[in-house]
Amino acid sequence: MRGFMRALKGALAGIAVVGVATMGAQPAAAQTPPNVLIVGQIAEPKSLDPHAVTAVNDFRILMNVYEGLVRYSDGTLEVEPALAESWEVSDDGTEYTFTLREGVTFHDGSPFNADAVKFNFDRMLNEDNPYHDTGPFPLAFYFDAVEEVTVEDEHMVAFTLNEPYAPFLSNLAYPTGLIVSPAAVEEHGEDFGRNPSGTGPFRFADWVSNQRVVVERNTDYWDGPPPLEAVVFRPITDANTRIAEMLSGGIDLMVEVPPDNVAQFAEDPAFTIYEQAGPHVWFLILNMKEGPFQEKAARQAVNYAINKEAIVENVLQGTAEIAAGPTPPAFAWAYNEQLEPYPYDPDRARELLEEAGYDGEEIVFYVTEGGSGMLDPVAMGTAIQADLAAIGMDVTIETYEWNTFLDRVNPGLEGKADMAEMAWMTNDPDTLPYLTLRTEAMPDEGGFNSGYYSNVEVDTILEQARQSTEPEERAALYRQMQEIVHEDAPWAFVANWKQNAVAKAEVQNFQLQPSFFLLLKDVAKQ
Amino acid sequence: MLAYFLKRIVLAVPVLWGLTVIVFLIMAMIPGDPATAILGSYATPENVERLNRQLGLDRTLPEQYFIWLGNLLQGDFGRSYSLNRPVLNEVLERFNATLILAGASLLLCTVFGLLAGIVSAVRQFGWTDRIVTFFVLIGISMPSFWLGLLLILVFAVNLQWLPPSGMYAVYGGGDLADLLTHLLLPAVTLAVVATGVIARLTRASMLEVLRQDYIRTARAKGLSERRVIYRHAFKAALVGVIPVIGIQAGFVLGGAVYIETVFQWPGIGRMLVQAISTRDLLLVQGGVLVVAASYVLFNLLADMAQHALDPRLKS
Repeated sequence: MRGFMRALKGALAGIAVVGVATMGAQPAAAQTPPNVLIVGQIAEPKSLDPHAVTAVNDFRILMNVYEGLVRYSDGTLEVEPALAESWEVSDDGTEYTFTLREGVTFHDGSPFNADAVKFNFDRMLNEDNPYHDTGPFPLAFYFDAVEEVTVEDEHMVAFTLNEPYAPFLSNLAYPTGLIVSPAAVEEHGEDFGRNPSGTGPFRFADWVSNQRVVVERNTDYWDGPPPLEAVVFRPITDANTRIAEMLSGGIDLMVEVPPDNVAQFAEDPAFTIYEQAGPHVWFLILNMKEGPFQEKAARQAVNYAINKEAIVENVLQGTAEIAAGPTPPAFAWAYNEQLEPYPYDPDRARELLEEAGYDGEEIVFYVTEGGSGMLDPVAMGTAIQADLAAIGMDVTIETYEWNTFLDRVNPGLEGKADMAEMAWMTNDPDTLPYLTLRTEAMPDEGGFNSGYYSNVEVDTILEQARQSTEPEERAALYRQMQEIVHEDAPWAFVANWKQNAVAKAEVQNFQLQPSFFLLLKDVAKQ
Repeated sequence: MLAYFLKRIVLAVPVLWGLTVIVFLIMAMIPGDPATAILGSYATPENVERLNRQLGLDRTLPEQYFIWLGNLLQGDFGRSYSLNRPVLNEVLERFNATLILAGASLLLCTVFGLLAGIVSAVRQFGWTDRIVTFFVLIGISMPSFWLGLLLILVFAVNLQWLPPSGMYAVYGGGDLADLLTHLLLPAVTLAVVATGVIARLTRASMLEVLRQDYIRTARAKGLSERRVIYRHAFKAALVGVIPVIGIQAGFVLGGAVYIETVFQWPGIGRMLVQAISTRDLLLVQGGVLVVAASYVLFNLLADMAQHALDPRLKS
């Protein structure tokens, strides 16, 4: 027993020594190294294979390691050349021929050429391709229209589509269109996602599970090497911990700052806050098949009744803007500037409700606890419930975990609920209305029209816009669609999320993009 | 006695097997499936079906289970689709991190718990006892994630003595000192509740022993108070405390889920939470299996220690 007590005392002394030593040794525990940017991410990436992932969080790393044939030009959602120098579209809109940039190599040294491009799309789309099992490729449907990819010569490649599909170019600018090194896929097979190789400004260096992903400057980058020596992406899932790391100097840059903390950073000269509205819309799906929302007046009443300014300013503390219609203003080229958000007008709402013949029946409202792009869904749901109660609507909230929520909402609201929260983030003005507002996109036909909206005019416009190869014509069609949908009010339009980021003042030339991608090519750290 | 422990180990096998069946059934029953979790808003029936085919989830449930079990018996835990790597690699890496954290806090709570319990019992109703009991009560009642945030605020954000999160420095670092600096805050946070539990139990157990006749005899023999307490009373009291330390080992492993989230410790608790929310069945199975096996093992070790200390059990 004496031995035990001695061990006990020894252990105590040891702990005390460690405690003192660690405190003494690390007065500035978290200084980040010069010219290396440490980024606080919201989660561990699933994979660094751009064709295998779906999360914006993963895209933030990928966009710095890989490039696509095209990309969004700085500060917009308009497409410009990247790995392709130019392209031509056939008159019927089904043949796209790209001329590729010459002299580009992947990080593993293999050449970028037309064969590499063909390999990428064959791997993703063709179930007989020997490397198709290196997936799965959940977003391959972005390129469902692609029938064939043909190598014309070393630096020319043609895509044949099975029908005119205008969003094709902006889908190529999306991470699912990034080009990976065929040699690396052949070498690593299903482990390619942990051994990535692209053509981007940074090359992959190291990935320690749940601790860090490191990318280093690509000195051979065709557009000149980036100023930063390396970027370290750290997954920090807990928002409070992310804030603590930022405040104590452990990270240089973080995205998705919780609304409560934005003011704290804004007041501190050691930090800079960045904001950028994105292609995001937060809305309520209204069930038009049964119950009170069959009446347009009742749907408009909900739009008038919700105090969107209070939600955006108080619940979301300025991290979002009021949405006017189904298309986010970030799609500047296709956005209808004439559209005004429904004003907050409870009196008008009451009138409309009466006109609709609403007699106080219970409204079931699906709310989720959290989920991609859902912002602060519980607080927003309760605020909306209170606004609707003020005009005499009896709203019962049912709350579900995100996956369960999707499982209930996606098959349609019939027999379950009268309204449901929803948010989408897309890369083309076509995507959201095409998947959620067409008659042919009803849930039983494999679409997401969970509220059963149907308007022949909207159906026709969306088909026309998809087939048009003239951007001007497409834009006009989308503007017209927004006007009709705004008036029909199949949704209550609530908010467009502004992405935010905070960086140390030393971080220079950083800019958030409307695409929500994180581009670090030109960023420097003093 | 050896036969008894062998039997315990053999009995653990059906327990673990039953556990895999339960985990499988629960994961099959909860709403939402991997394909929906991956596709999010894009989960059309068509896309879900295509993805399920690629993931091998288009087979029937019993088929999926027996394929998994067959592979497991050959040492293959399968591949995690949400992390895109073999389950076993991930689980071992993460379990290792949890063991370091749980081991450190088990050491802390055992040392401080026993010490506080003894001091408290010896000075029963004295000021020392009252002060220790007061802190023990606070320790037991404190929500550990909240304490964790508080410690981060004080020691990492304000004083900047210790890093707020992670296991190693992101750039450079990687040695033992680096690990210990990162370990201190989460280990202390995780140890607080268990320290309280062990302290209370040690106190009660000591008090009971101190009233025994043989203690009076020992004192009557003229032994020093120190010798009476440590040599005679503490050893007997320890027998009652050890199984509780075994249970605390399980508690510390379980409690690691919160602490790992607050401190971004790359352990298995956080891995399981992520695996469940992405409906990554194989990863959940692998993780639960390893945690459960270690829980069984810790309790067995505690029982063995008790056997070794308690002469009455030796027969």
